[in-house]
Amino acid sequence: MIGVVGTVPDPDFPLVTGEIRLKDDSIYIQGKQILVNRGTPALLAATIKTAEVLEQGAPFGYLVGDVGLGHGSRRLYEYLSGHLGKRDFNTIVFHYLQPDVDWHNRVLFAVEEMERRPVLIADAGFMYAAKMSGQSPKYDLFTPDIGELAFLADEEAPHPFYTRGFILHEENRVPELIARAYKHENAARCLLVKGKQDYVADQKGIIATVDIYVEESMEAIGGTGDTLTGIVSALIGTGMEVAKAAIIAARVNRLAGFYAKPTPATQVMDIIQHIPTALAKILSENEKGELWAKQS
Amino acid sequence: MSFLRFLKSKKKKRKTSTDSDRGILVFEHTSEVIKAESVLKKDGWKIKVMGPPPEIRSGCDLVIEFPLIEELNILRSLEEAGASPLEIVPVSSPLLQPVNLFQNKDFGKYLMIRAANMKLTIDKETLNIVNVSGGGCPDVPYLASEMVGRSLNEAPSPREIGHTLCGYALQLAYEEMRRR
Repeated sequence: MIGVVGTVPDPDFPLVTGEIRLKDDSIYIQGKQILVNRGTPALLAATIKTAEVLEQGAPFGYLVGDVGLGHGSRRLYEYLSGHLGKRDFNTIVFHYLQPDVDWHNRVLFAVEEMERRPVLIADAGFMYAAKMSGQSPKYDLFTPDIGELAFLADEEAPHPFYTRGFILHEENRVPELIARAYKHENAARCLLVKGKQDYVADQKGIIATVDIYVEESMEAIGGTGDTLTGIVSALIGTGMEVAKAAIIAARVNRLAGFYAKPTPATQVMDIIQHIPTALAKILSENEKGELWAKQS
Repeated sequence: MSFLRFLKSKKKKRKTSTDSDRGILVFEHTSEVIKAESVLKKDGWKIKVMGPPPEIRSGCDLVIEFPLIEELNILRSLEEAGASPLEIVPVSSPLLQPVNLFQNKDFGKYLMIRAANMKLTIDKETLNIVNVSGGGCPDVPYLASEMVGRSLNEAPSPREIGHTLCGYALQLAYEEMRRR
C-alpha cells in the first residue's frame, strides 16, 4: 500500500487518516470532501487514476488543513513521528508540508522504526526540509522542477527562495545542476526533474531524458508537477524499479497533458482525466519494447 | 509626510550599513515578517528582507535586516503596529539574499512570470489570473484558490494572505506582473 502525506488548503480541516477515494473532481477521506485543484489533492487524484489502471488499491492518506502558518503541518509531523513506525507501506510519498528540519528528522526516525523500509519519495515542502536536513540520500526519489533543482544544487540555500544567482535556473544547465546536487549529497537516490524536457538521473548521471509531447503551456498550469509525482508513486507502489517508473511516469504525464489540449489557463483536473488513456498507451509501448528503444 | 519625517527619512537613506552595524529582527511566522516589512517601509525605514543566519534557520524563514543604531525607533514603530519581533540578533555572518531574478514566458494571449520557484500567469487582455504554479509550501494551493479566476487588480495579493517563502516569492512575481 502507498502512504501519502500532505496538506489541504483549508485551515479548519482536521487531521484525518484513511483510504482516499476519487469521485468526479473531488477526493474523499473519512467522508470529508476535498476539491482537486493542485497540491496534495492533485497528487492523490493522479495516484488513484494510475492505480485504477494498474488494479492497485487506494492510497492511504495522512492529511491536515494548513494555509501556510504551519500549525496543521506540525500536528501532522507530530502524529507521524508517533504512529508511522508501526505502519506497513511499500511506498510513502511526502508532499506539501511546511518545511521544518527538526520535525522532518523526527519523522525520518519513525520511518526507520518500520519493520519493512518503504520506498521514500519526497516533493514540495517536505523535499525542501529533507535537503536542508542533509539527509537527502536517505530518499529514493525527489521530483523537483528546474527552480527546485537549482535549490538542491545550491549547497547553501535553505529554500528555493534563496538560491544564489550564479546557479541559473536554465533548462540547458540541468545536467550540471544534477551533478552539483549529487556532489553535495543533496539529491535522493534517483531524481525526476520536471521541465520542458524531463530528466531521470542518479549519482552516475543522466539515465534518460523524456521530451515527447511538448506542451509549453504545462509549465504554467498549477498541479502538473503534483500529477507527475502521483503517477510515479503509483507505479513504484506496484514494485516497479524507481528509475523505470520515473521514465514511464514522465511520458504518461506529458501524454495526458497533450490529450487535454492545454492552454496556460487549463486547470489540472482536465489533465488528470486523461491519465488512464495515456497510461494504457505508454504501458502498451513499454510491453512492445518501444519505450526502451526510444531511451537508448 | 511631515517635514521632520522627511528629514528623518533622508538621514536614514544616507546611512550605509556594514556587517557590524546591522541587526536582524526574528519573527515566529513569515507572515509576521511580511507585516513588519510593510509597517517599516511605510514609515520610511531602510530595511531589507533576508534569509536568516544558519544558527536560527528552521526551514521556511525570513528575517528583517535593519541598522542596529535605529533599534529603539524601529521597535517602537513595530510595537505601535502590533508587530513586535520574537527577538533581535546582531548580524555576525553574511545573510542570504532572496532571489531577485525574474523570468518571463510570453504565450501570446497569456503571460507567465516566474520568481524563484513560483509562477504567476495572466490573460493579457482581461488581466485575469489564470494560473499559479510551482512552490511547495502549504499556502500555495490556498493562494491559488483565492487568486485564480480573479483580475490582477481585484485579487488579494500574496502579501495579504500568504504566510511562507513561497507566498513571498509569488508576491514578487505579482509585483513584477503589476509593474508591467
